Formats: sequence, C-alpha cells, structure tokens
Amino acid sequence: MKNNQARLVLKKPVRRLSPFIAAVVFFVATPQAKAADKGDAFICASTADARTLMPMLASDTASAGICGYIFNGLVKYDKDLNLIGDLAERWEVFDGGLQIVFYLRKGVFWQDGAPFTSRDVDFTYRKMVDPQVRTPYSGDFERVERLETPDDHTVRVFYKEPFAPALSSWSVSIVPAHLLEKEDLNTSAFSRAPVGTGPYKFRSWKTQERIDLDANENYFLHRPNIDRVAQRVIPDPSTLFLELQTGGVDLCGLTPLQYTRQTDTPYFRGEYRKFRLPGDTYVYLGYNLRSPLFSDIRVRKALNLAVDKDEIIKIVLLGLGSVSTGPFTPQSWAFNPSVKPAPYDPSGALRLLKEAGWEDSDGDGILDNNGRKFEFTILTNQGNEERIKTAEIIQRRLSDIGIKVKIKVVEWSVFIGEFVNKRDFDVILLGWALPREPDNYDIWHSSRTREGEFNFAGYTNPEVDALLLEARRVFDQQKRRELYRKIQELIYADQPYMFIYVPDSLYVVHGRFREVEPAAAGIGYNFIDWWVPAAEQRYRMR
Amino acid sequence: MGKYILRRLAGIIPLLFGISLLSFAVINLAPGKPVALENSLNPRVSARALERLEKLYELDKPVYERYWHWLKRTAALDFGRSFSDNRPVIEKIAERLPVTIIINLLSLFLIFAAAIPLGVRCALRPDGMLDKVMTAAMFFLFAIPTFWLALLLMNFFGINLRWLPVSGITSLNYEYLSPVEKVIDLLRHLLLPVTVSSLGGIAAMARYMRSSMIEALAQPYIRMARAKGLTERSVLYKHAFRNAVMPLVTIMGLSLPGLVGGSVIFESVFAIPGAGRLFYEAVMMRDYPLIMAEVVIVSILTMTANLLADVSYAWIDPRLRDKR
Amino acid sequence: MALAALAAPLLSPYQPAQIDAGSILCAPSSAHFLGTDSLGRDVLSRLIYGARISLSVGIIAVGISTLLGVVFGSLSGFYGGSVDAFIMRCVDVMLCFPAFFLILAAVAFLDSSIFNIMIIIGLTSWMGPARLVRAEIMALKEREFVEAARASGAGNLRIIVRHILPNACGPLLVNATLAVAGAILLESGLSFLGLGVQPPVPSWGNMLTEAKATLGVAWWITVFPGGAIFLAIIGFNFIAEGIRKELG
Repeated sequence: MKNNQARLVLKKPVRRLSPFIAAVVFFVATPQAKAADKGDAFICASTADARTLMPMLASDTASAGICGYIFNGLVKYDKDLNLIGDLAERWEVFDGGLQIVFYLRKGVFWQDGAPFTSRDVDFTYRKMVDPQVRTPYSGDFERVERLETPDDHTVRVFYKEPFAPALSSWSVSIVPAHLLEKEDLNTSAFSRAPVGTGPYKFRSWKTQERIDLDANENYFLHRPNIDRVAQRVIPDPSTLFLELQTGGVDLCGLTPLQYTRQTDTPYFRGEYRKFRLPGDTYVYLGYNLRSPLFSDIRVRKALNLAVDKDEIIKIVLLGLGSVSTGPFTPQSWAFNPSVKPAPYDPSGALRLLKEAGWEDSDGDGILDNNGRKFEFTILTNQGNEERIKTAEIIQRRLSDIGIKVKIKVVEWSVFIGEFVNKRDFDVILLGWALPREPDNYDIWHSSRTREGEFNFAGYTNPEVDALLLEARRVFDQQKRRELYRKIQELIYADQPYMFIYVPDSLYVVHGRFREVEPAAAGIGYNFIDWWVPAAEQRYRMR
Repeated sequence: MGKYILRRLAGIIPLLFGISLLSFAVINLAPGKPVALENSLNPRVSARALERLEKLYELDKPVYERYWHWLKRTAALDFGRSFSDNRPVIEKIAERLPVTIIINLLSLFLIFAAAIPLGVRCALRPDGMLDKVMTAAMFFLFAIPTFWLALLLMNFFGINLRWLPVSGITSLNYEYLSPVEKVIDLLRHLLLPVTVSSLGGIAAMARYMRSSMIEALAQPYIRMARAKGLTERSVLYKHAFRNAVMPLVTIMGLSLPGLVGGSVIFESVFAIPGAGRLFYEAVMMRDYPLIMAEVVIVSILTMTANLLADVSYAWIDPRLRDKR
Repeated sequence: MALAALAAPLLSPYQPAQIDAGSILCAPSSAHFLGTDSLGRDVLSRLIYGARISLSVGIIAVGISTLLGVVFGSLSGFYGGSVDAFIMRCVDVMLCFPAFFLILAAVAFLDSSIFNIMIIIGLTSWMGPARLVRAEIMALKEREFVEAARASGAGNLRIIVRHILPNACGPLLVNATLAVAGAILLESGLSFLGLGVQPPVPSWGNMLTEAKATLGVAWWITVFPGGAIFLAIIGFNFIAEGIRKELG
C-alpha cells in the first residue's frame, strides 16, 4: 500500500459489536501481530492543538502526545512501569553511577532512510544543554560531565556525581542530527514536519484542526497494524463527548459523571469499552508553613481529621478515586501501602486544636487563640470544577468545627505568578501529576523553597532531606523503594499538605480495536499491536 | 466630505501609537508571566531553565526598551514570533482569520436580512400578536447562554437526527473529496455555527429596529407622507426607514471590531480553528507578540468601523452633511 | 422577583451552601422543587439567593454605563467639533484597549467585592450607549422643535435634558435591557478572573457556568437559572416600555 496514494473512505459505522468477540480478545492475551488485520485509522482528540513537534521544545500534552508516536528515546517504560531499552538495546552502569553506557540498537533508520547512530544521541545531548535552545528540560542534562561516542552504536555518558533519575532522563526523544545540524532549533521548519524513528511518520498538520500520521512501514519493532492516527483539536469537553456519540473520535477521557451516568446506555455498551485505571495525579491542600497559623503540626493534623476525604470522593469523583496517603500514587513502585489515611474524626480534631490553643472562647462560633480568629483563604485555579467543588466541601466541613474559610479562584497564570511563586497564600488547593520516575527532590527538599521553586509549602525536615539525596544516588530499585517508602511515611506524618484524593483515569475506547489491554502504564503502551478485524474497519486508506 | 475622511484617516496613526503604548504597558505590567503557563508546576522543568527562557524571550529587559523594539519592528510590519511555538505571528493570524471572517460575514448578512423586516413588522403593530411572540422569542434567545443553544442544536441535528456534523469545519475524508463535495462539506459544517452566532444578533437588532421604527412612524412627516397618498411600502422603507436606521449603523460600527474577539465562544464549542480562539489562547498564555498584533488589528478595525459609521450618518441624513 | 431576593432567608427552603452527599443531582421533587446540583445543594434556594447578586449587579452596572454613556454621548453629539472629536477618540481607545488586562490589573489592586464588579462592568461598557446617544442627538438637534426651544431662550442643558434626550431614549432603553442580561452573565465571567463572587456564594451567572458540566444529565441546573434571567429581562423590558410611553 502506497501512502501517498492513500484514500480515506468512511465506511458505514459498525452499529453493534459482538460482546463475544470482545471477550475472546480480552482473554487471549498472546501477541497476535501476525494474525492481526492491518488497516483502519485511530482518531483521538486533544483540547488544545500541539504547539511544536520539535520534541525538546514541546512542553504541552498535545505536542508530547504526537511526538511520542514519531520519536523514540534510548529507554522507555514497559507496561509495568519498568525501564527497558528503546533505541538502546541495553545499558550498563559503572562506577556506582558515574558512567552509563548505552548500546544502541542496530539497523534502525530515520523515516527519511538515513541510519540512526550515536551521532544523533550526541547531537540531541548538545542541543539539550545549548543555552540558545529554548528547551525547558535542560535540568537533567546539565549534570552530564561529558558524552563520548566511541563507535556508531555505543554512547558513554559521564556524570559529575551519581544520579539515579539520569537513566529515565534518557527517555528524551532523540532527534536526527543529519537534518538539524545546520538549523536553528527554535525556529526550524522541522517543528511543523518532523522526522523520527518511531512507529508513525508525520503526514499533515492543519493548525487547530487535525494532525495526521501514517504507519511507518519500517518501524524497527514491527509495522503498526493501524494505518493512520489522526489527532483532532476539540477544545470543549462537552463537544468532545457529543463527537464520541457520533463516532467522530475513538478515544476519549471521561469525567466521573460521564463515566457513571452518561455512558451507561445501550449505544455505549455496544460501541465502546470503558476503562477505569488508577490515576497518576493527586490533589492536595498545600499549607503555607511560613504562616503562624499552620506552623503547628497539631493544627495540620487536626485539619486532616476534620475533613472527610471519603465524602469528597463520593461527591466530587462519584466514588471513582481513592484517598491519597502521601506524595506517591498507588500505581508507582515507590508507593508505600502501609501508610493508612487518617480517619474522619471532627471531635478528635477539636481536641487537637484545643491543645494547640484554639478554642471558641467568645462564643461566636469561630475558634480563636489569643484574640486571633481561625480563618484563612483557600486559593485555587480557575478551570477545574473538581477542585472548586472540593474546596467548597472542605469549607463546609471546617466551618462545622468553627474554622472560617474563604475561597478564592483565580486564573492560572496569575495564580502561579502572583500567589504560588511569591508564596502569597494561606493554603492552596492543587494537584501534582507525577512523572514515572519517583524522584521528587524538587518538591520536598528544603533547598527548593526559593521563589519560583516547587517546595512552595516551605517544608523542611532534615531526615527527609537526607533520604531524598540518598535516593538520588542509589541505582538499585529495591533499595530506592525502601527509601521512598520511608519518605512517604515521614511526609504523611508531618502533613505539610493535606493529601486528599487520587482520581481514577477514566477512558472509553471504541470497541473495534483489539489487543487493548490496560496495565499499570495505562492503555497506550502497546498501541502498535492494536488492530481491527477487516470486517469492522471503518476507514480505508486506499 | 473627502477632506473629512482624509483627516480622520490621518488621525488613526497617532491614535494607534497611543493605544499600542498604553496596551503594551498594561499587558506587561498586569499580573502573570508568559512562560508561567507553558511550563509551570512541571517537576521536570527546573527554575533555572525557566530563568534561561525568560532571557531568551528578552523578558528581563525593561518595558520601555521592549516597547521601543516592538515599535521598530512593527513599523516595518514585522510583528515578531509567537512565544508559544516560535512561528511568525503574521503567519499564525493569516491562517486563522479567514474562517472567522467568513462565519462573521455570513452571520452579519443573516442578521440584517432577518432583523430589519422583523423589526419593521413588529413596529407596525406594537403589542400585536407578532410583536409579542417576537419579544418573547428575542428575550429567550438573549437569556440562554450561547454554549447551551449550541450544544442543544448539536445534540438535536448531530446526534438525534444525524443530519449535520457536530464540530470542526471539514470531515475526516475532506482531502479526498471532489471540489463540489468540498464546498458542500464545508457548508454543512458551517450551518450550525453561523446559525448560533447570528440568532442572538437577530434578536437584538430586531429590537433596535422596532424601537426606532416606532419613533420614526410617530413623526409628523410620516403622517404627511401618508396623507400625500404614497404607498405604504414607500412610506415605510423610503421615509421612516431612513430615520430609523441610525442606531443600527451605530450598533454595526460597534460590533464589527468585537467580532474577532467575540467569536471565541462558538469557535470553542464547534471546534472551529478561528482567530477568536487564537487570541483568547494568546491572552491566557500571555503570548505578548500575538496579543499586541491583535491590539493593532482590533484598533484598525474599530477605528475604520467608527469612521464608516460617521460617514454613513451623513450619507443617510443629508442635514448632517452640510455641517461638515 | 426583587422582593423574593430581599426576602431570601425567609423563602429559601434550604441554606444555599448546604452540601448533601446523599442527594447529588436529584431531579425536581417535593423535597427540592427545582432539584439539586452536583454538590447536593438546593437549586431553588441558590436561585433565590443568587437573585440578590445578579439583579443588583445587572441594574447598577447598567445604570453606571448608561449614565456615563448619556453624559458623554450628549456632550459629543450636541457640541460637535473638537469636543466630539475628543470624546469619540476616547471611545475608540476604550474600545480597542484589551479590557482583559485592565480587569487583571484591577484584580491585583482591588478586593473581589460585588461593588467592584459593578463599577468595572459599568466603566468598560459605556462606549456603546455613548455612541448611540451621540448619533440620535446629531440627528435630532437640527429638528424644528429644538430650534423652537432655542428661540424661546432655553439653555443648552435644558434643551438636552428636556427636549432631546426623551426623543433619543428608544435605542438607549433597548440597549439597557439587553445590557442587564449581558451584565448578569458577565459577572460569572469576571469571577473567572478572581473578581466575581467567590464560591460558595451563588449567582445566576456562576450557576449557569457550573451547569455546563452536567448539561446532559441534569437539565434543571441549566434551565432554571436561564429561566430566571429570561424573566428578569422581560421584567426590565416592561419597565423600559413603560418609561418610553411616559416620555413619548
């Protein structure tokens, strides 16, 4: 099949999918790439258009998503979130982490036919640390002392000191030296017509409408079964949900309300498969520990007891989530399952507050301490209804025990620039989306409290500081896990945040796609193995 | 008259300068930073990397210096590159503006074609049956939010009936269609957005038309015209209409520049790649070069529209002409 | 409706901020006449309390903008020449200026209170009425009755207020009626910038905004606030028609 002569023909939508077939495919989990039919297209959507397909400049999710189809890193995460080789066949760590050697896969070609070599890795590294390149991701690579390429398929990276997260930093997309050497990466035309080593190659980009990708016939693992990927731009979530009902998109994230109440129709049961996976974000209430109000740990513990997280999950997430118990989410290998959430105990909260000196001495219904009333403002960002609702429930529960809470919702850029970065807040309600590498030194280490840095709570605990440093130096995952488990225990005990919930990730995928198997890594990890039986294919590229 | 227009046109340039200076200052001094939205709160992005970005975007320089740079470049018609993807601002606007203009022209046409006769009919018999129905309908249209109306129509025509596409401006197989099919495809996609964006306008315009027409019809010269035995049609559209149309011209002059920015709601709901969304996103991301280009475009549009309105007053009402 | 807003505490069956995990998104029933929202709060109670904010924002903001519009529009239209040129260029500047940033700057310096909302909406929307009044006055000031008034020795102010404005009020009243609805909706747009009323205080505008997420599931959350705005502007329209008949 020649792609430049491709024809995209819309076939009649398949009205109903036999549940039997779906079940069989679901349980027969052997690789079926040989038996799989080729063809069809996969249509997904994002709320914003990609900004650039130059991977090292791409900081938004839409761009990163497309770059993920086109490019590869040296390493990647498998379905169980273990690091495995991607463009690198294997690697070795020497001198306790001072040197990492990657042995590159042979016979890999760029989509324009040029061979992939260690020269491309060297080029990518040099551009990552080039001060003229507008990349936000230079941090991890500034730790590299030097990089050597003894031959076409070996890369030696020397570090100034051992740095365990370095390994995962090499999942960075490698870009072709032969096409970019003479270009200014910031303004290169490459960013609108990229060439990578990945399973799909760039076909076309209609700004704010759609990006189309074609299967890479020569992909080094195997040719993907699905001929085309199209990412549409649909800014409004309500519209996206309507498009789902016309069959205009094949994959869509769902809100809890859509998951529980709007997709339980015969149409959805027949056409789509729903997925509910543990999420990788957590929502928290971050205290400003510089404020005298929250510097007392008893107060923070009391607040934690006074808010019923299960109620929040029941109302805001309609039950589709779990209580957060610290700075890792349950699907991460660093998560410590033995840390249990504190119970909902308003009277216990009042006892603790009394110990700390807070009591309603003047009978006005609000707690006070030496003439100061217990009141503060929860600050959160506009555009996330779930967070605003959460804030309203917390406000209600705290008013039950005599704490007056105001809510202020502000636009994101102002929120970050004026309040969070300048530490001008009592309490913020926010979420962290966690990368797969658990190193969270930047969020919890006491050296990261200056303006613009991420320890905005102002958390300092020498023990945690030491453990965070230690966890960065140890390459053995078992040992690192012990360290992170200890860190989670200590942080939960200190309550610099009130950890609230981890929302589940909810999706629907059209039922014609086979081999869609949810795992710890989500569902997209084996996209090249997805396939559609010829009889059910919707789009023909001929 | 010609001299007047020339004088006004010449006046646009210093005014443009003033507006751009004021806007540049306020935009840069208002809270929020451009890089904040792109990268903030991503643990992979270090504070140092952000500082470096600020330098590359020259945000560490004082505002007046940056304004001077901007002015020099803009004088040479170079609006710079967008912060979000480093593409030339002009290129980004050029690919987004046509859709917005087409939709707005279509709906503007629809608004006038529907609102003028409706308003005149209502004015003929105020508090008559038609007038009452129209009044209720128009307040209904004005009270419901645009997104609601849009979603309702999308649900009905797109999902219940499956007659029209729900969103976007082209189908997935657009590139393989014949030219005729392409036009049909485009029109099918534009039908709902144009309807939604004009309904509110029709309601409001009909209201203005009705109110001025009632006033015009009460004037002595209308009685005179009728007494002279002119046909009703001629009385209405030749004599009364001329006097009633003034507010319409004003409103049109006022709404022209708002069209670009005001398109953001239906552009988002219908997933249309137009300029309204472009500028909205630019504002939210503090993409200064793009915002400044918008300020210039909107300013030119506003001033031309108001100039046109002033010229049409004189054209419609000869008494004003001699005064100039 | 205004009375209901004043008597809100007496009329509301529930507290507007009362959260009830047991009754999320309930359809209208005898317990909740207009149903409940996604936090289990009573829609009717929130509607009644919301009327206080929405009606006062609508009326006062539009009052401010209309007043400013009349003053500047009359000056401009009546005197013409350099006064007109100056005021109209100010209008041009105001129209071109990115209001978003003005509001952002205001947010940084002002507290979020409904008075600030009214003032900001008023100050950023007088240009329309001003141009409307100016156009009407330009057309009217050459008419016979104005000449007659001038001949009888009336001063400029008197001519404007007694003779011209009553005749120019048609479009102005239409504009004001529509602007009330606009201001009610705009209020929720401003809370998005941190300037509007903040949760859990209900207003019709923010109820509608919240309703968007539940559109396919709970029609009552959208329909009732929308209906309230509809009734409110119908009410204003009656008042406006009344004024017009009085003057005409």
